[in-house]
Amino acid sequence: MITLIDYGVGNIFAFQNVYKRLDIPTKIAKAAEDLIDVEKLILPGVGSFDYAMNQLNNSGMRDRLDELVLVKKVPVIGICVGMQMMGNRSDEGKLAGLNWIDAEILKFNESLIQQRTKLPHMGWNDVSPIENHPLFIGLEKEAIFYFLHSFYFKCNNSNDSIANSEYGISFSSAINHNNIYGIQFHPEKSHQYGEKLLHNFAKL
Amino acid sequence: MLRPRIIPSLLLHDKGLVKTVNFKSPKYVGDPINAVRIFNEKEVDELAFFDIDATVLNKEPDYILIEKLANQSRMPLCYGGGVKTVEQAQKIFGLGIEKIALSSAVIQNPQLVTLIAERVGSQSVIVVLDIKKKLLGGYEIYTHNGKKSTGINPIKFAKELEQLGAGELIINSIDQDGVMKGYDMNLIDKIAENISIPLTVLGGAGSINDIEKVINKHGVMGVAAGSLFVFKGPYKAVLINYPTQSEKNKVFKINENGNTK
Repeated sequence: MITLIDYGVGNIFAFQNVYKRLDIPTKIAKAAEDLIDVEKLILPGVGSFDYAMNQLNNSGMRDRLDELVLVKKVPVIGICVGMQMMGNRSDEGKLAGLNWIDAEILKFNESLIQQRTKLPHMGWNDVSPIENHPLFIGLEKEAIFYFLHSFYFKCNNSNDSIANSEYGISFSSAINHNNIYGIQFHPEKSHQYGEKLLHNFAKL
Repeated sequence: MLRPRIIPSLLLHDKGLVKTVNFKSPKYVGDPINAVRIFNEKEVDELAFFDIDATVLNKEPDYILIEKLANQSRMPLCYGGGVKTVEQAQKIFGLGIEKIALSSAVIQNPQLVTLIAERVGSQSVIVVLDIKKKLLGGYEIYTHNGKKSTGINPIKFAKELEQLGAGELIINSIDQDGVMKGYDMNLIDKIAENISIPLTVLGGAGSINDIEKVINKHGVMGVAAGSLFVFKGPYKAVLINYPTQSEKNKVFKINENGNTK
């Protein structure tokens, strides 16, 4: 069972649909009392950092999530802004992040981007995972994913990075630290590759 | 390597899909939900829906239909049509749409771009400009399905939209719409050299070669088409189609190992 965190940000239904096709049950958590018997968590996110943090902080789920992730070590994956929220802070906002993983969210340096279009980094790009990471089984070669963001995840501990992508610089497009996972791209909108990755997460 | 995006652009009219020529004579081409299913199978880069009734009839966006489209879609979706307020935009994002396209409301009140961008992030705020050639040269923005002239110069306005925080611009050529004789390359050049936010061009594609021409000249860009992806053959039989990954890689000049040539 996968629990999707619904704090009014991000596309819960798209994840539900992917898992429905995969025949993997999901449930939606909108409040702390929904966060019982949690096996795996997905923290989706679209929009700006502070807006998303505010929504989560005001959802009534924050303390319970901290407990599940940091104490009970429940596997959790953050998607896009959901991933960025797992860090300490962001160039995009003023609010503190969740501090689940030691990282900062930085704005891309536009002067390093060669093409005329600078930001956001939008569209389908390559993702190069490290060898044999369970999240990327079957996605070692030729996997492309859909990105839509202007800020990137900078791990303070480089071992936490499990995949890189290129946009002006090489940046961490996927991270993992113990039970905590994050991906910058949108698997729910990345066709067969995204479906495979979400399947891999369910099997962890 | 970040790839250009090849985007089917679909028009919603009376709950069905239609295709126009020069923004006129809408021809029924099918059911929108079914189209999403087919485009899922074809693994398209992105899909755009424009409700061509909402603004003209002063209607609310059809949230029930938008939700169905979003639920069905395994690719990024852009929705445009009748969005006038931050609240409407927020509601549509909540239904699972990645990008919202604003048009006539922004032309009346450009500050709306900033208001929505603050709430949802610039990257999700798209502005669509419907553009027509002027008789004596130059271009002008139109609204209400090409019926209402605005007197606004799209090249100048594009820059203003960038400064206001738009995340992407879609330029739609009324003159080329449905004609399938190629994009207005002059218009694309003029807008592209003036802005650094992502640009998507729409209007005129008659073959994959037309798309290739734009990409060869401008590199990473959104290249959208309507007729090309819903019609087949000289008699314009309705048949949803889209290039395969290897056909796209040829256009993008990416070889089998995923590297650029």
